[in-house]
Amino acid sequence: MTTISTEEAIVLRDVEFRWSQAAAPVLDIAELSIGGGEHAFLLGPSGSGKSTLLNLLAGISRPTRGEVRLLGQPVSQWRGSRRDQFRVDHIGLIFQQFNLLPYLTVLQNTLLPCRFSARRRRRAAADGDAHESAQRLLRGLGLAENLWHRRITALSVGQQQRVAAARALIGQPELIIADEPTSALDADSRDAFIRLLFEHARQSTIVFVSHDRSLAPLFRRTLPMSAFNQAVRP
Amino acid sequence: MSGLLLIILNSLRNRRASVALSVAAIAISVVLFIGVLYVRDQAKHGFMQTVSGTDLIVGARSGPVNLLLYTVFRIGDATNNIAWQSYRDIADSPEVAWSIPLSLGDSHRGYRVLGTNLDYFRYLRYGDHQPLVFAAGGPFADLYDAVIGSDVAEALHYRLGQSIVLAHGAGNVSFVQHADKPFRVVGILKRTGTPVDRTVHVSLEAIEAIHVDWQSGLPRPGQTVSAEQARHRDLSPRLITGFLVGMKSKIGTFQMQRWINEYPDEPLLAILPGVALAQLWQVLGGMETVLQVIAGFVVVAGMLGLLITLLSTLNERRREMAVLRSVGAGPRHVFFLFVIEAMLIAASACAIAVLVLYGALWLIRPALLSATGITLTLEPLSTTESLLLGAVVMLSGVLGLIPAALAYRQSLHDGLTVRV
Repeated sequence: MTTISTEEAIVLRDVEFRWSQAAAPVLDIAELSIGGGEHAFLLGPSGSGKSTLLNLLAGISRPTRGEVRLLGQPVSQWRGSRRDQFRVDHIGLIFQQFNLLPYLTVLQNTLLPCRFSARRRRRAAADGDAHESAQRLLRGLGLAENLWHRRITALSVGQQQRVAAARALIGQPELIIADEPTSALDADSRDAFIRLLFEHARQSTIVFVSHDRSLAPLFRRTLPMSAFNQAVRP
Repeated sequence: MSGLLLIILNSLRNRRASVALSVAAIAISVVLFIGVLYVRDQAKHGFMQTVSGTDLIVGARSGPVNLLLYTVFRIGDATNNIAWQSYRDIADSPEVAWSIPLSLGDSHRGYRVLGTNLDYFRYLRYGDHQPLVFAAGGPFADLYDAVIGSDVAEALHYRLGQSIVLAHGAGNVSFVQHADKPFRVVGILKRTGTPVDRTVHVSLEAIEAIHVDWQSGLPRPGQTVSAEQARHRDLSPRLITGFLVGMKSKIGTFQMQRWINEYPDEPLLAILPGVALAQLWQVLGGMETVLQVIAGFVVVAGMLGLLITLLSTLNERRREMAVLRSVGAGPRHVFFLFVIEAMLIAASACAIAVLVLYGALWLIRPALLSATGITLTLEPLSTTESLLLGAVVMLSGVLGLIPAALAYRQSLHDGLTVRV
């Protein structure tokens, strides 16, 4: 059984990632660590390796060198299927383009991680059942009941973004990774969304990625990509 | 996996137009494939029932298939005739319940003329022991009476009372006609779906009468005998082409067959109709195989259509895969998704194909019976047909592995951020 540590949520040591046949690495990180419960803002322009780093953190890719430890686990050493399971059990992901399934309803999209993870399903059902937990989350994120059974395509951009957040938060994953989730929102909606996210993810570690410097004051810790990724340093 | 099934069903519904086209393509190919098999089975069934209740077919010694062809299917000619006396000798055996003499050699506008007696209408059975039934009129009573099959009546627009002239020989066009001894149609048989429908029946005596002034296949010069004069000649049959035998007990059939095959007075051949029909069907098997191969290729084309549909949607489904990967879907989920999706499409197509097939059969049944005499009965699919449907579904699942592998590889490349 996997023993989860929440003291050090993310640790990267001597990590390098390069695409096959590429001359130079995309990521070259000597050391990066984010503590449990920390809300970190990862700042960097396009091409600074943000997406590649997120793929490593989500266990989609493995580094060509070095170690990635998530919640105390040596994720980078695991095989793909174990990383897949770890991802759905412990990580909630929010995307810039929301990445919701258009043919599912709001509620079905929110419950998607529970369909692949017994752990998330159990945790979501801790105070009743997973459906109730999803409904509570949606209500808390300001999505009215009349929207729950609608297709995603019938919702506004802001509403879709909140469904994406609800899907990431269901079952209280220890780690939330958000990849430029507010780029499609105006300033007011953007701040409101981040506040809502913090409110519902109090127990979780949040890694929020964006190229928008104006968001930095909302976070306790800002990590510019250029500060730790030697591959993009001039 | 029930959650994944919900995703598959919703995903299919979301792409209903392309999915419907795929289902239709496979359904059409499966209808053709199963339809060919089904109609083949039905045709074989009908073929095997061309003659029923007859225990032995007897003719001059040749091959069993040849004997079957000219006595039952009126195709080709006998290598030799048999003596009337031999026929009577066998027909009068105590083990024989009934017999039907057959005399072939003449024709009418391409339809074979069969000389026989009234036992033909009394004892001949086809299909499921069905007797011959008159649609109009009755059996021949006068020397120059003829009974025609339903195809003859329909194709030549003949009615009762129609005067017809028989031609010497079996060709479609004959220059040697028995024009001096015309016949009158006194009976039209109901459709049987057998060669009886394409036969003109006259009495054995009539066959003798039209040949009374003939020798070696040609009229004797200067010795013309009129129709009326022929009535007063001895018209007892001397030669016939063959005969059908019904036994009192089936047990004695083989013994009778051996006796006939060793008949001392002339070389005869007795065959079991069922065995000879099966042999003949084997001869026709080549065409059957060709049909099956064509139908098989149609199914392969349908399956390739499914593969193309699945492959063509891969690009637009990259985001779907990325979403599923982000919420924990692993390789087995992606493979399950594509394989089950392909199998669901194929299974729906098969179900629709079966419904369409039965609907079409039900609709074309009367027209087919009227046009070809083939009787289609709506029966459940055979084990072979059901297994083939299962194979189509399984094969589509195997084909689903190809887009699944590509989608998974693509998802590894895309990672979590797909910009399509």
